[in-house]
Amino acid sequence: MSSKAAATLLGTLAIASYSGIGMTAADPYQLNFTEPASAIATQIYDQHIMLLWICLAIFIGVFGVMLYSLLNHRKSLGYKAANFHHSTTVEIIWTVIPFIILIAMAYPATKTVIAMKDTSNPDITIKVTGYQWQWGYDYLVGEGAGISFISRSTTTLDQRNNKAPKDEFYMLRADKPLVVPVGKRVRVLITANDVIHAWWVPAFGIKQDAIPGFIRDGWFQADKVGTFVGQCTELCGKDHGFMPIVVEVMEPAQYTQWVAEQKAQSTAAVVDVNTVFTLDELKAEGEKVYAGNCAACHQANGQGIPGTFVALDGSKVATGPKAEHINIVVNGGKAGSAMAAFKHLSDVEIAAVVTYERNAWSNMTGDVVQPSEINAFRK
Amino acid sequence: MAAVHDDHAHGHGHGHEHGHDDHAHGPPKGMMRWLTTTNHKDIGTMYLWFSFSMFLVGGMMAFGIRAELFQPGMQLMTPEFFNSLTTNHGLIMVFGAIMPAFVGFANWQVPMMIGAPDMAFARMNNWSFWLLPPAALLLVAAFFVPGGAGAGGWTFYPPLSVQMGMGMDMMIFAVHILGASSIMGSINIITTILNMRAPGMTLMKMPLFVWTWLITAYLLVLVMPVLAGTVTMLLTDRHFGTNFFNAAGGGDPIMFQHIFWFFGHPEVYIMILPAFGIISEILPTFSRKPLFGYSSMVYATASIAILSCIVWAHHMFTVGMPVTAQLFFMYATMLIAVPTGVKVFNWTATMWQGSMSFETPMLFAIGFIFLFTIGGFSGVVCAVVPVDIQVQETYYVIAHFHYVLVSGSLFALFGGVYYWLPKWTGHMYDESLGKLHFWMSMVFFNVTFFVQHFLGLAGMPRRVPDYALQFADFNMISSIGAFGFGLSQLIFLAAVVKCIRGGKKAEAKPWDGATTLEWDLPSPAPYHSWVTPPVVK
Repeated sequence: MSSKAAATLLGTLAIASYSGIGMTAADPYQLNFTEPASAIATQIYDQHIMLLWICLAIFIGVFGVMLYSLLNHRKSLGYKAANFHHSTTVEIIWTVIPFIILIAMAYPATKTVIAMKDTSNPDITIKVTGYQWQWGYDYLVGEGAGISFISRSTTTLDQRNNKAPKDEFYMLRADKPLVVPVGKRVRVLITANDVIHAWWVPAFGIKQDAIPGFIRDGWFQADKVGTFVGQCTELCGKDHGFMPIVVEVMEPAQYTQWVAEQKAQSTAAVVDVNTVFTLDELKAEGEKVYAGNCAACHQANGQGIPGTFVALDGSKVATGPKAEHINIVVNGGKAGSAMAAFKHLSDVEIAAVVTYERNAWSNMTGDVVQPSEINAFRK
Repeated sequence: MAAVHDDHAHGHGHGHEHGHDDHAHGPPKGMMRWLTTTNHKDIGTMYLWFSFSMFLVGGMMAFGIRAELFQPGMQLMTPEFFNSLTTNHGLIMVFGAIMPAFVGFANWQVPMMIGAPDMAFARMNNWSFWLLPPAALLLVAAFFVPGGAGAGGWTFYPPLSVQMGMGMDMMIFAVHILGASSIMGSINIITTILNMRAPGMTLMKMPLFVWTWLITAYLLVLVMPVLAGTVTMLLTDRHFGTNFFNAAGGGDPIMFQHIFWFFGHPEVYIMILPAFGIISEILPTFSRKPLFGYSSMVYATASIAILSCIVWAHHMFTVGMPVTAQLFFMYATMLIAVPTGVKVFNWTATMWQGSMSFETPMLFAIGFIFLFTIGGFSGVVCAVVPVDIQVQETYYVIAHFHYVLVSGSLFALFGGVYYWLPKWTGHMYDESLGKLHFWMSMVFFNVTFFVQHFLGLAGMPRRVPDYALQFADFNMISSIGAFGFGLSQLIFLAAVVKCIRGGKKAEAKPWDGATTLEWDLPSPAPYHSWVTPPVVK
């Protein structure tokens, strides 16, 4: 290949990767907002550019004058100081002009604020719940209603602790993304289970605090197909940085197919609450549930963090009466404790994790907890 | 008020160890002097040393933060310890470094600049200072209790802060004590300024530094009790069964945010208004030209203070407020740019056609105007609600407030120290060291924080100990800048210590363009100055 052709190829590849066509990891020297994928995000992007231009003009004006002065009005150059020290005219001018500039900035912003708040006429309504430290999605109204799942980061502790390599999607992927169809108006009802979180997808220009005990709403309409990532944006405890939001936007036909698949899976996954599992089955499932929900605080080895998170290995609760153990897992710790309630997990999951904890590490109670016991407990 | 002395002119510059009248043998020596002093100069000195040591402690925490963020992945600490570092870095810098430093300036300078012999309540002044070290101890000791120091951010929102261990209670007590200190100090400052000005010094003849402190002190007495209230509600939610901020009990976590930020927003203006005052003293001196638009500057400062009380919810734009509220707070916040802009223009007009020289105080003043204005631009960007929806809780906000607090407040403090050191110590500081400190700080500060604007725009949230790989390069650059900035502050320490111990003898007025009253006193200023008030024409 001639060197000119090689250079062209290289240049094209460079531009391709910078513009994201190559679908690789984002630009490490990104200077501006994420590429917008909704009308609102586009309005925000454009308004920010306008603000930057205005700031640049003021910057050049003010600091141009200042620089001129610094260079020329110097004692070392023999410049003699003038004596003026007030001018009402000038004060009025430089009060009124900035005021007018602010009005020019506020006008388009006002229109966008009103548009962002208008959550009427959605095509799909989804409830988003923030947990410490994952997101829950419940499709409530519209195509897909009834689908419900928890979305957790796929980044492993080993990757975080530099024991396993970090791939390009480090911190940027979840096991079950929120799936929505392109071009449809999605209303999100946002709340939290424990502390305040915040749900943010930069590409759609939506960010809303998730407040426990309250529901706030927002909306977005994705105008592009693809995978869009956001992060929790309200400090919510130790793993605040590790609960990404992943939204997958599909063509409507694909979305319909996904909905059908989800419904089929959940029908198949519904377990008769009276099923009796063996100890080994429960322990195996419980270990997975533990890893996804409990290990963040109580650690994989069950030792917890002394002074902060209680050890389960050898604990009175995990080796004492089952009812108390189940109560803490389902309803959380006493008021003010960091132990959240996990009643959002299924009967099978809770039965499994309690069984696991009572029979892992040095705990050897031999106890078996069946889903039917959890079901009965909840009543 | 202190006992009235007959008219001994104390202008013979014998320094601190020479007292007359009611302590014929001079102030007590050693530790007792500092524990029992009611002298505004001694108390000012203690505030300044205390704030500098807190600055170094907070700086160590920043080192820890930036060291962990140097690379993706967790290398040095657990996420919960990282959260306690970010929390306490903020608390210590705000309440331990910046605020006490400005109070130290108020103590040293206000009486001298208005022709008063001391503060109105000299004994309460001592108590205001001595409350601070125990509070600081509480904050630092919290790291060593089970559960560690509070880790809910310096804003400690519930319900997260209700979950935390004993460290949060220590933080609450520390905040109470710091608040009490500020309230007492502010009452002192207001009373002193309103009642003890020398004859002829009308309010509109006061130096602008005194004006900015008068206004700041009113803001403090208005909002510190509000913080005390909200922090007490948090304490009772934690331990005494109340549900102020617990929805399950009929309360509202967002109410905390409203009450906190009703304090919190004026708080940040409390941290910048005295800085505006210092700059307004330095600039005319080194421009050899009077401050342009004195009365406009006073009205602008007052407008900023009043406006600062009605914009608090701009810290809460993603909370889910009604449209009308979002718009009101957006408009009110943008409005603050008007008086702030007026100040920047007036400073520029002060310099224009002046006869400038560029000693260290002037360098910091010019650096302040340049960088604080950049911080102001990012502030206007944050004020525009649609844009704020994208940048709230990201590194863009961190970049904004460090531009206004570090290259704003901190640079003004440095400038003020170099400006007034000759008056305080009787020696000139080493100008080369001063300039070196300035340039190193200037360069490293921008390396640290400018790239954080980009990080925020690109999507990196704040208060996170780790990040996706695309944020790695700017984080590394920022961390390198932070290490450099931190180390550069040792140059400041060296310059100050060297100046205290010796140096070229300073005249009463080492800066030929200076015009305010303190420059009529000898250098170093006598232990008791203006025992007979001067007459101001």
